[in-house]
Amino acid sequence: MLRAMSEKPGNRRYHDMGGLPAGPVGHDEHEPDLWEKRVDAMMVCLGASAPDGKRLITVDEIRRAIEDLPTDAYDNMSYYERWVHSLSTILAERGVYTPDELAAKLAEVKARAGAGKSP
Amino acid sequence: MTGPAIRFAPGDRVRVLADFERPGHVRTPWYCRDKTGVIERVCGAFPNPEQLAYATDGLPALPLYRVRFDQRVLWPDYAGPTGDAVEIEIYEPWLLAAEG
Repeated sequence: MLRAMSEKPGNRRYHDMGGLPAGPVGHDEHEPDLWEKRVDAMMVCLGASAPDGKRLITVDEIRRAIEDLPTDAYDNMSYYERWVHSLSTILAERGVYTPDELAAKLAEVKARAGAGKSP
Repeated sequence: MTGPAIRFAPGDRVRVLADFERPGHVRTPWYCRDKTGVIERVCGAFPNPEQLAYATDGLPALPLYRVRFDQRVLWPDYAGPTGDAVEIEIYEPWLLAAEG
């Protein structure tokens, strides 16, 4: 659902929605799909501290990349779709893989799924 | 490890910065900026999320406070019971000492 943007001047970002008209709060629930559980697990593993105390990603980066989504994407993506988008952005920024490598892997998975095998 | 100096104590009145232009990842909600509340507790010191969001270490750690706002301060047309409040965790650089 689309929300009204603030009338006030300033740099109010789209996610900072407290107090804006938003309609009723959705209370739909569903059991997480397998891919959603996998995304959750990836987030936990990538955000865990290595023995030297460093983390590959921080929850703050994940939030920032979600906040950077275009407003229509922010409205229309599901919760874990936003997470996946954010994770892939952060991992490319961190040099874990290049966008080309990600594209090649996505093509490979798509071909495998198209062949009727489990991705 | 010694933490940063803690500037405010529970009961102190504080005003949130009227900074409506801050770019980037900001954890201080828009609706509480330029509003006055009371320090409810000192939460400790934590790396700065405004920096952590851009792959830096967020150090030095900043004092974090739980600040209590009267609902009517935040929402002038609030229709609920008097005494209702919202508590928001806010980092020290966003807070100024307030009168009273």
